Amino acid sequence: MKLLIKGGHVVDPANRRDGRTDILIDRGKIVDVHASILADGAKTIDASGKLVTPGFVDLHTHLREPGREDKETIETGARAALRGGFTTVCAMPNTTPAIDQRGTVDLVHREAERLGLVTVKVVGAITRGRAGNELTDFAELFDAGCVALSDDGSAVANGFLMRRALEYAKLFGRPLIQHAEEPTLFANGVMNEGLVSTTLGLRGIPGESESVMVARDIALAELTGGWVHVAHLSSAKSVEMIRQAKRRDVRVTAEVTPHHLALTEEAIGEFDTRAKVNPPLRAEEDRQALIEGLRDGTIDCIATDHAPHTDWEKEADFDSAPFGISGLETALGVCAHTLIAPKLLTWPQLIERLAVNPARIAGIEAGTLNIGAWADVAIIDPNATWTVEPKHFSSKGRHTPFAGRQLPAAVVTALHHGAEAGR
Amino acid sequence: MATEHAEQTAQWTKKDLLGLRHLTPEEITLVLHTAASFRDISLRPIKKVPALRGKTIVNLFFEPSTRTRTSFELAAKRLSADIVNIAAAGSSLSKGETVLDTVRNLEAMKVDVLVVRHAAAGVPHLIAQHAASSVINAGDGAHEHPTQALLDLFTMHEKKGRVTGLQVSIIGDIAHSRVARSNIWGLTKLGARVTLCGPPTLIPPHVEQLGQGGVRVTHQLEEAIRGADVLMLLRIQHERQEAQLVPSLREFRLHYGITRERLASAKPDVLIMHPGPVNRGVELDSDVADGPYSVILDQVTNGLAVRMAVLYLVSGASRGDHEAAD
Repeated sequence: MKLLIKGGHVVDPANRRDGRTDILIDRGKIVDVHASILADGAKTIDASGKLVTPGFVDLHTHLREPGREDKETIETGARAALRGGFTTVCAMPNTTPAIDQRGTVDLVHREAERLGLVTVKVVGAITRGRAGNELTDFAELFDAGCVALSDDGSAVANGFLMRRALEYAKLFGRPLIQHAEEPTLFANGVMNEGLVSTTLGLRGIPGESESVMVARDIALAELTGGWVHVAHLSSAKSVEMIRQAKRRDVRVTAEVTPHHLALTEEAIGEFDTRAKVNPPLRAEEDRQALIEGLRDGTIDCIATDHAPHTDWEKEADFDSAPFGISGLETALGVCAHTLIAPKLLTWPQLIERLAVNPARIAGIEAGTLNIGAWADVAIIDPNATWTVEPKHFSSKGRHTPFAGRQLPAAVVTALHHGAEAGR
Repeated sequence: MATEHAEQTAQWTKKDLLGLRHLTPEEITLVLHTAASFRDISLRPIKKVPALRGKTIVNLFFEPSTRTRTSFELAAKRLSADIVNIAAAGSSLSKGETVLDTVRNLEAMKVDVLVVRHAAAGVPHLIAQHAASSVINAGDGAHEHPTQALLDLFTMHEKKGRVTGLQVSIIGDIAHSRVARSNIWGLTKLGARVTLCGPPTLIPPHVEQLGQGGVRVTHQLEEAIRGADVLMLLRIQHERQEAQLVPSLREFRLHYGITRERLASAKPDVLIMHPGPVNRGVELDSDVADGPYSVILDQVTNGLAVRMAVLYLVSGASRGDHEAAD
C-alpha cells in the first residue's frame, strides 16, 4: 500500500532539503520525493503546516531488557521512542546480564524485530560483564550487529585496557563509547560539586571527574588512532578539550543530552531526584559551553540517555535514588525550547544533530529521506505547545525534571519503515 | 527573652521543621521565645505540662543517636505526648522496605509528629512531601540539624544577651557538618557574623555564598579566634583521616585544636560551644571543654527547651490553633 505525505515542509539536511515537498512511500520505502506528487490510491497524510523530517536516531537508550523489565521493556522503550520521533535507538549494554556476547545481542534484535516498532541497534559491552577487567569478543559482537561498544553506566577506568580496546577496535572501524568518569574523582558523588551541593549537603562530583577522563581518552585515541565517542558530555572543560582534539584530527566524537542543554544543577531544588542524572546537571557556564559546542560542531549529536526507573526507586532519598531520567518522549520539545526558540539552531541544524550525525556515528543507513531508504519519518508540528505529563508516557520511566513544563514542537506521528504510529 | 525580631507578631504556620534555610528571622525568634517559656518546666519538681496530651510522636532514627533522640524523647514526655522510639539501623532499603513504606505504615497508625534522623541529606524533606504528619528534621546527612542550631542560638542569646552583631567562628569539618550549615543560616539571619575555619579539604566549595550576607572563610585558626565572641567546635571523625581529608588527627590538633594556650588570644568572655560528643584532645582539649568558657552542658540543657518548643509549635500548626504553653 502506498502512502503519500503531502504538503509538509521537508527538513532533510542530508539531501539539503528545506521546503515544501511531498514524499511517496511504497512497501515501507521512500520511492519519490518531489514538490508535488499525485499518487492515485495512496493513503495520504496531510502534513500541511508540519515539518517532515527523517526519524531521529538515538545513540544512547537504556531499554533495560533483559533483566529489569520492571523499569522498561524493549516494547515500552520502542513505543516511547516512536512517540518522541525516534525510529532508531541504540540500546546500551548495562542490562542484567550485560550485553557482552552474541546470545544477548541476538535476544535484543529478535525481540525488536518481532515487535517491529522501531529499529533497535545494540551497543555491546567493552569488557565482560562491564567489570572493566577483560575485553569482550569484539569480532563476535560486531559480527552480531553491534554498532559500537561501551561499558556505559561506568567508565573503562583502566588506562591500559582502554588503550588495548581502542587499538583492537580499529579492526572494525567502529567507535568505543566512553562514559567519561574518573571513578576516584567521582567518589560516590550524587550531584554537581558547587554551591547547590554545599547548600544541600550532598556529595559533589567535580566537572574534572569527566574532563580528566576525556583528556586521557583523547590522549589514548591520539596514541592508538582508535575512535572514542564521548557519551553525554556535561562540562565546559570537556567540550574545550574535544574542540582542540578535533583540530588535531584526533578521532573523537561526542554527544550531549537534551537535559544537559536545558538545565543546570539548580533543577535539583530541594532534593528532587527527577533531576538526578549521571553525569550530573552542572553550572550555567557548562550549559552554555555545551550549547556552543553543539552549535560549532565540537559536539556531533544529541542523544537522550533515556534511563527509565521505577517509582519506588526514584521516590527515595537523593543518595539512594538511581541516576537517570526518561528522555525519549521529551527530547524534541526540550531541544526546540532550548535551541530553536532562542534561535541558537535552525531546524535543519537540529535535525542534523538528532538524525543525520548519530546515524553516521552508528554507521547505519538512517537519518535521511533518501529515495530507496526505509521510510523512517517524523512529522512535527512546530507551532504546537504541549505539557509534559509523565503519566501519559509510553515509557515505564515516568521521571523527568520537565514534568508539568510547557514545551514547543510536538511530534505528531512517526513512521517506522512506512508504518504509522499514532501519537 | 529579649526580642531582636518581632516575634510577638510572628505565628508558626509551617507543618514541618526541616531546616533553618527557609525560616524567617521572625520564625526563628518565635521558636527561641517559645523555648524560653518552656525552659523552667524542667526546673520544677513536677516536670510536666499537658500541652501535647493525646499527641503521638515518633522518633524515627535511621541513624544512631543517643543525645538528640533522648532530648526529643524527654521533650515530648514533658509536654505529656506519647512517644515511640524507632531505631531503624542502616538503610531500611537494605531490608527491602523503602523509607516511604516505613512512613506509610506509621501514618496508618495515626501518629502526629515524625522526628526524623537519617544519614542521607533530604530524607526529612522526602517524608514531609508524602506524610500528613508534621516532620521535624533531627539531622539529615550533611544538610541541616535545625534544632541543634536553634539550641545554639538560644544558648548564645542566654549568655550574651543578643545574637545580632556577635562574631561566631565555626571551626573544624564544615564540609560534612549539618550543624555548621544550620548555624550559618540561623546566625546570619539573626545578624551575627560567621567565620568558618578549617583546612581546605574540610571547607566545601562556594560556602562563602551561604547565609544572608555571606560568611568568611579562613584557614588560619588564629584569625578565627581573634575577636570571636563564640568559638563553635565541630567533631572531627576518624573517617575523615581514612578519606585523606586530614593527614592525621594529631596534625589536625596541631593546627586547629583549641588548647588553653591558644585561648590566650581570645576575647576574655569568649564562649566555647560544641554540639557533642567531644573528641577530647583533637578539636578540643579537655581543660578547655571542661573549663570556664565552655557552655557545652548548657547547650544540652537548652536543647530540651528548644525541642519542647519545636514539638509544641509544629503540633499546634498541624491542629490549626495556638494554645498557651501552660
